[in-house]
Formats: sequence, C-alpha cells, structure tokens
Amino acid sequence: MNQPDETEINERRDFLKTGVLGALAACGSAVCSCKSDSRQIQIEPGKKIKLLSPDGELVEVDESELRHIHKTVGVSTSEARQGIPGKKFVMVIDLAKCKNARKCVTACQKMHHLPEEKEWLSVKLMQDNEQGSPYWFPKTCFHCDDPPCVKVCPVDATFKRSDGLVLIDNERCIGCKFCMAACPYSTRVFNWDEPKVSDKLACIPYSPETSVPSKVGTVEKCDFCPDMVREGKLPDCVTACPNGVFYFGDEVEDVVTNGDETIRFSQIIAERAGYRYAEDLGTKPRVYYLPPRDRIFPVERGLEDKPEELKERFKGILDAGADEK
Amino acid sequence: MNLNQKQTEALKKFAPQIESYSRKAMMWVYILLVPMALAGYALYVQITKGHVVTGMRDNVVWGLYIANFIFFIGISYAGAVISGFLHLLNVEWRKPIIRIAELITVIATLIGPVYILLCIGRLDRLHHLVAYARLQSPITWDVLAISTYLFGGILFLYLASIKDFAIYRDATDLNIPGWRRRLYSALALNYQDHPEQKKAVAVSMNLLSIMIIPLAIIVHSVLSWIFGMTLRPGWHSTIFGPYFVLAAIYSGTGVLIAAMWIFRKVYDLKDYLQDKHFISLGIIMMALGGAYGYFTFSEYLTDWYSSEKWNGEVLTKLFDLNQYGWLFLFANVAGILVPIIIVAIPKFRKPDLITIAAVFMVIAMWVKRYLIVVPTLETPLLPMQDTRIEYTHYTATWVEWALTFGGIATFFLLFTLASKFMTVVSISEFETEPGKDE
Repeated sequence: MNQPDETEINERRDFLKTGVLGALAACGSAVCSCKSDSRQIQIEPGKKIKLLSPDGELVEVDESELRHIHKTVGVSTSEARQGIPGKKFVMVIDLAKCKNARKCVTACQKMHHLPEEKEWLSVKLMQDNEQGSPYWFPKTCFHCDDPPCVKVCPVDATFKRSDGLVLIDNERCIGCKFCMAACPYSTRVFNWDEPKVSDKLACIPYSPETSVPSKVGTVEKCDFCPDMVREGKLPDCVTACPNGVFYFGDEVEDVVTNGDETIRFSQIIAERAGYRYAEDLGTKPRVYYLPPRDRIFPVERGLEDKPEELKERFKGILDAGADEK
Repeated sequence: MNLNQKQTEALKKFAPQIESYSRKAMMWVYILLVPMALAGYALYVQITKGHVVTGMRDNVVWGLYIANFIFFIGISYAGAVISGFLHLLNVEWRKPIIRIAELITVIATLIGPVYILLCIGRLDRLHHLVAYARLQSPITWDVLAISTYLFGGILFLYLASIKDFAIYRDATDLNIPGWRRRLYSALALNYQDHPEQKKAVAVSMNLLSIMIIPLAIIVHSVLSWIFGMTLRPGWHSTIFGPYFVLAAIYSGTGVLIAAMWIFRKVYDLKDYLQDKHFISLGIIMMALGGAYGYFTFSEYLTDWYSSEKWNGEVLTKLFDLNQYGWLFLFANVAGILVPIIIVAIPKFRKPDLITIAAVFMVIAMWVKRYLIVVPTLETPLLPMQDTRIEYTHYTATWVEWALTFGGIATFFLLFTLASKFMTVVSISEFETEPGKDE
C-alpha cells in the first residue's frame, strides 16, 4: 500500500472534523443499496474537495454536497435513548432581538432535509393582550421536563433523555398521533405522505439523534440537534440566527451561548425576567423566553422582503395593530 | 331438547328467517356490498398513498375516524349495559330483546376499533403496541379494555345462545343444510338441558353480566381519557369519563330501539317485540337523555361561565352559527330535547315516534362525537398562522366518508347475516315461565 502523503492526511483530518465520514461510509461505497423513488434534490455545483473514502480511495466531492450531508451518522438507537451524561440542555430565546429573519427556520429545514412547508421550528407573531404590541416568537420543541407527549405514547417511541431532550424513534413510532394531540404547543409534525428524500439521504442509517431520513406515517419534531451537540457544536438554528436570538447551553454548567456571547443561564433568566411559555400547564419546558423589552427591531421589519404567502399568515394581527395606531 | 308449546310456536315463526334468504334479503345484501366495496377502494387508496388522502393534517390530527370509533364503541353498550343490567335485575320483558342487544354489542365492538386502525400511520408496526407496550399510555388502556370487552361480549352472546343452538340442532323440521346442523351441534357443546348444564349456563351468565357492566364502564372511560388526559381546551375535563359512559349507554339504547323497530317490521314480529318493549326502552332512553342533558349542561356551563381563554375559544366556535353552531344546536335539540319530549308526553309514546326520536338521537350523538374531536383540535394554544386551509380547518375527504359509510354498511350486513344464522329473538328464553308474556 502506498504511503499517503502529507496533504492527504491533512485532508483526511479535515474530513473527520467535518464529520461526513460516516455518511460517506454508508453511501459512498458500493454497500449502499437502498433506493428511493423520490425525486433527487438538486445541488448547485461548487468547489471540489478531495476526500479519502473508507476504502482508501481518493474521491472528489462537491463542496455543496458535503454541506448537504452535514450530519454524521447518528449514534445507535439504544445509545440515543440514553442522553449525554452529565448534561441538562437548555435554550434561551431572546424575543427582544427577533425580527422574523427566518434564518433559523430555513437552516433547520436545510440541515434536517425538510421540505419548505415542513417547519419543525416556526416563528409565530404573538400578541399577549389587546393593548400589547405584537412580537415575533420563535418556537422550537420545548423539550419539557414533564412532557405530555411522552406520557401518552403507547410504544415508547418518543422518550425523555437524561440530558433533558425529548426525541422520537421513527422506527418505533406507529403513527397514532396521540403525542400530537397531547402536545399543547403543536410542536409535532406528521409525514402524511411519502417524504421526498434524496437517494443519498435514504441510505443514511436512521438515528433518533439525527432524525434523518423522514419516514411516512411517523411523527417528527425539533430535536435540538443532539448529533451536533455531541460534537460540541451548537444547534443549527442558534448558529444561523443573524441576531443572536437563540442561546443554547447546559443548565448544569449554568451557561448558555448564542455563538457570539456566552452568559450565565441563571443570571440572564433572573435579570431579564425569563419565563416559560404557558408555565401554568405544568409541563416544565426547557426553553426559556426573555420578554420582548427594549426591542432592537420594530415588529413590521419582520415582514420586509417576505413573500406574500408569508405575509398572509400574520395578516389579522398586524393589520389590527396598524389600525389602532 | 324438548320444547314447550311457546317455544315450538316461536321456532315455527322464526324458521323461515333462518332457513333461507328471501329475494328481498339478497337484494339488501347486494345493496350493502356497494358502500362496502367503495370503502374497500378508499382503504386501498389510503394505504397506498398515505394519510394525505384524508382531511387530517398537523393541527387536526384526528377526524371522522375517531368520531366513528367513539360512536361504534358507544352503541355497543346496547348489549353490555342494557341486557347485562336488565339480566341482573331479572327484568322479565328483556327476554325478547337481549339477542338483538347482544348482537349490537359484538358487531359494533368489532367495527369500532377498525377506525382506530385507520388513524394509525404505520399499520405494519401494529405489533409494537404489544411488543413495546407502555402502561402509562391511555392507548394501551384502550387496547387492553376493548379487547377484553370484545371477548366478554362475544362470550356473553355465546352463552346466551347455547340453548338456542341446541334447539336448532334438535329441530328436525327446520329445513337447513347438514353443515349448518353440524355447526349448531358443535356450538351447542352437547347441551341437553340437564339440570347441571342449566345451572352452569345460568351461573356463568350471571357472572358475565356482573363482569360486563364494570368492563363496559372501563371501556368508555379509558376512551374518554384519550381526550381527557390531554391539556386541550374542551377535552381536559374531569367529567369526561362518566359523560362518555352515559352518552354511550344512551346512544346504545337508541340503536337498540331502531334495530327492534326494523326487525319487527321486516320479520313481522309484533307478537314478540311488542309496544311495551318500545315504551319500556323509551322510558329508559328518556331517563338517560335527562342525565345526558344534565352532564352536557354542566360541562358547557362550567367552561362558559369561568370563561378561561382557551376553553372560551372552543365554545365560541360551537356557539357561532357560521362555524359549528348549527351542528351543536342539532346535537343538543335532537340528542336531548326530542327524545325526552317524545317519551314524556303519553300521546307521543308510540313505537314509531319513539323510534324516530331514537334515530334522531343516534345521529345527534354521532354529530356530538364529531364536535368533541374536531373543534378542539382546530383550537391549538399557540396561534396556527398557516395559510394552508387544510392545516387550519378540517374537512373530511371522500376517503373518510366512504370508510364511514362502509362501516355502517358492514354493521348492517353483519347484523343481517347474524339474523339469518340465529333467531333475533332467543327461543329458549320462553322456557321458564311459559305464557307469562301474554
């Protein structure tokens, strides 16, 4: 066997870092045999990158394609049920900074290979009372500590982990949708028909930590990107947000970060009067909101340059607000 | 088996019905096969294309199917409670109606759970319900309760029929093919009317009728808890258990009255299913209607008076004539007022009118189940803010309607087949005190 030269080794290291090795191992080699009759996702060509395949072959891969399969092959289902030891993940969402840029939504969709109409993360326009002014409200799964969805699941397909995450095993799920009826926050989505999954994706071994690929007749939802977290990275919505709205972190370490700024979790909740949505339901969400005080953007900015279809969603609320003024 | 005079008469009367299918009966069966075939096609479409062919979407995750499920399990109470309860109290006039009541129980309990299966996205993983069963889930409670209940219902019907099977076996003048006689013979378990055999049947019947009542209460309670255990407005109510149980007995009584009327008409059974049966059941229906009305009033008054935001939103939809107002009005007028008024006024207390009231009530009860399921799901806590109309508002598709009518047709078909296999009035029940029914 030829001794690999210096650059190749470096490339290989980079490759490991980007974490696509597993994906290629599953899909790049001849082992891959799974087929999907769904349409192929189109990728714009970009820079070619040389990578070493598990068979020891040097292959050229398009950069855009690399980003596409951004997740590693997740941990096994039994491991995914355990959670990451010693952690208690928590999210803080600063409503004062959100202007409905929707980068979180699109990043989440891209990274989880979701179609445009499927939103695990959605941005709502909220108005707490008639006098209150509307504000943008990004809504992830709340990963409740007393999750109503987990309680009602008849087959243990959705479960609560030691690190606080609520995940779904879509190979276990029977699709009864009871969890969707039980979730008071309408977080969960159902695959009403065969999801459009590219051939490559269809080959990736499923893990509850990656939630990829989607399966028809099963439930899915925001998973807090545990595969990223396992690598010490932030969930995609956090890094995608241009305004640093999302802070993600660990309650045990008492620290959350939005990528730019790292703060004490307990301190920011205390100082900024952090609250949890519908606290009175007793579900104990792991997502905290900072009230939209001293907002950076006027709420109308959230509709700038947005397609008509999107503006239509919020019509009632903003119109009513405008009339009053 | 030796038959007394009354039994011989009854058997003679019923013989033509179980001996063969008249042309009319065959026509009726063919007519029923049409909606069933359509339902079969709808099922094929749903299985091949996924649940996208239904009107259900992410907010309204359940629809017609669940309403049908509650409805069918509800009407199954005809046998479980009416005949179980009347059996325990040893009410004499129950005897000609128990067979019909128990057939309703078994057939409805067979059809009801099919609608739950239609709601399940991955039927190929149905075994997970057993393999990974979690006792915390109300669905697991339902699986356990309904399967036990179905088994109990079948056993109850069977025990009550053993004597009849023995009678059919021994009735030499009954013109039936040999295989059917052998089948009756097998089903009769060598019943010869020995005193100890009599006692064994009587004791097991008593035991089962005691067991079937709590079982029936459990079934509809756990069914209601599928809704009651969630944090949803309009569902999260402490009276949902008893409310559902009562509604179930009530609608079961209505279906029993309607079934009696049909058999009385079609098989000309005026001497067996007499006016007094309609009046007695009518009075039971009225009493249940009063109780059901009280529960309904209590439930909605509490929600409306305290005016909690999310409950209020559901109520607004139910009261708004442009939304569910008319349906809600119909459900309460036809489902509560009509049966009470018809039975309460002696002038109206006639089999035909009681039956019309019962039919309206049964339809109203179906509408009520729909109104329990859909408006709540259309009222999530967070604003929906979705431009896809099917995601914010539920409209059943042809697939769901086809499967609904297919289920009703199956109910009629199984009932027709059963009435051709065994007499709709239990012959052996005339044994103890012959002539007392006159």
